[in-house]
Amino acid sequence: MTKAKPAKKPASRPKKKTPRGVTLLIGTRKGAWFFSSDAARKSWRVDGPHFLGNIINHIVRDTRGGGTLLMAAKTGHLGPTIFRSTDKGKRWKEAARPPAFAKAENGRAVDHSFWLSPGHASEPKVWWAGTSPPGLFVSTDDGVSWDSVDGLNENPMYGKWNPPDAGTPDGALLNQILIDPRDASHMYLATSTAGVFESRDRAKSWRPLNKNVEASFMPDPYPEFGQDAHYIALSPAMPDRIYQQNHCGIYRVDRPNEKWERIGNAMPKTVGDIGFTILPHPREPDIAWVFPMDGSTVWPRTSPDGKPAVYRTRDAGKSWERQDRGFPKKQGWFTVKRQAFCRDDTKPVGLYLGTTGGEVWASTNEGARFTQIAAHLPEIYSLEAVERL
Amino acid sequence: MAITVFIPTQLRNYTNGATQVPAEGSTVDEALTDIDQRYPGIRFRVVDEQNRIRQHMRIFVNGERVQEITPRLAQASEVHIFGALSGG
Repeated sequence: MTKAKPAKKPASRPKKKTPRGVTLLIGTRKGAWFFSSDAARKSWRVDGPHFLGNIINHIVRDTRGGGTLLMAAKTGHLGPTIFRSTDKGKRWKEAARPPAFAKAENGRAVDHSFWLSPGHASEPKVWWAGTSPPGLFVSTDDGVSWDSVDGLNENPMYGKWNPPDAGTPDGALLNQILIDPRDASHMYLATSTAGVFESRDRAKSWRPLNKNVEASFMPDPYPEFGQDAHYIALSPAMPDRIYQQNHCGIYRVDRPNEKWERIGNAMPKTVGDIGFTILPHPREPDIAWVFPMDGSTVWPRTSPDGKPAVYRTRDAGKSWERQDRGFPKKQGWFTVKRQAFCRDDTKPVGLYLGTTGGEVWASTNEGARFTQIAAHLPEIYSLEAVERL
Repeated sequence: MAITVFIPTQLRNYTNGATQVPAEGSTVDEALTDIDQRYPGIRFRVVDEQNRIRQHMRIFVNGERVQEITPRLAQASEVHIFGALSGG
């Protein structure tokens, strides 16, 4: 199954490190929390709330060595901003110039930043941000100031790719930005209004990459663009492989192929292949996890039949296996938003999901068993697992 | 032109807790820009990049609600900023 070009191995083998444990960066509708584990990921220390009452869409740590933390925030009243911390979250300072569109007659305004992404390893101070309404922004000074990326935001096709009446319940999104680890100029992004796009010139130009991806809510169910790409992720072990959890199913493409394959067809029919997130294994390109939700009838977006489960593929989507040990056996109506299911890089891999009911569930054995590690938090919007702060 | 801007609870972390601050300017826009010099970031939380007052914020000048930030201010005007009864 693993035919695509693998990632180059590093020139020298990294030194083996003793696991320090994990910190979960938890963004909620009412603030941020940091849960830090011991080395075994068995016990957790709670730090929070931070910015109580703020809507926190994403908290991300720079993994390129700098360690800067960025947090995408707004409140019910106040406009959006970005907070920065360079001391592991002890002190935060607001960005001097948060993401904002260019001034124009009847121009767009950023409602919230939704996705934050460190730039390529060769560009240590560069960060990218995706917003609602869909917009792409870049910082070259470690998140202090942000510029609108004309290649997307002023693209002549912008209005067709992002019609003003389109969008998800909290607003249309540019919800993922991915950078090819082998090439800083090769990028992908995902939107809730037009699907997946590719750039080979560092965001100067973009083209749709949606062949064979369904948009069942459009007159043409396989349009060039118009899909709702809930989540895309490159396999870290094989960056030519992209997994996608779409509004209409689970897909995979191995570049340079253009045509996506609906690997969700192999999911049990009673569960379906609707969900928000897909997580590739950090070292095994054929392994990925999804957290299905009910996309039938009026779209409850809860665990199918009230029985939460993760599904794992170990053959790049040819087959799927259910992983539900530890979850409620019935009456478990979880909703897990697209940024609220994540993994760490530890051996074995840890999986973490946060629910809209304020619960966090963790598995330290690649999904074999889940344990609830938090309850009673506000509605969880995002989770990121990083080496313990 | 000496103006007084009244700060709502949502923004007092910018003003070190001050409930009102002096400002200079002949319009609401100029007054907000002036206080932003001393309290960086405060203006963008109230007014978006197109100079529109944000949906869940309210601005009153001498007791009259304004829908835009263009109105002119008289000497000693009072500008009240509020969080609307929404936005929770």
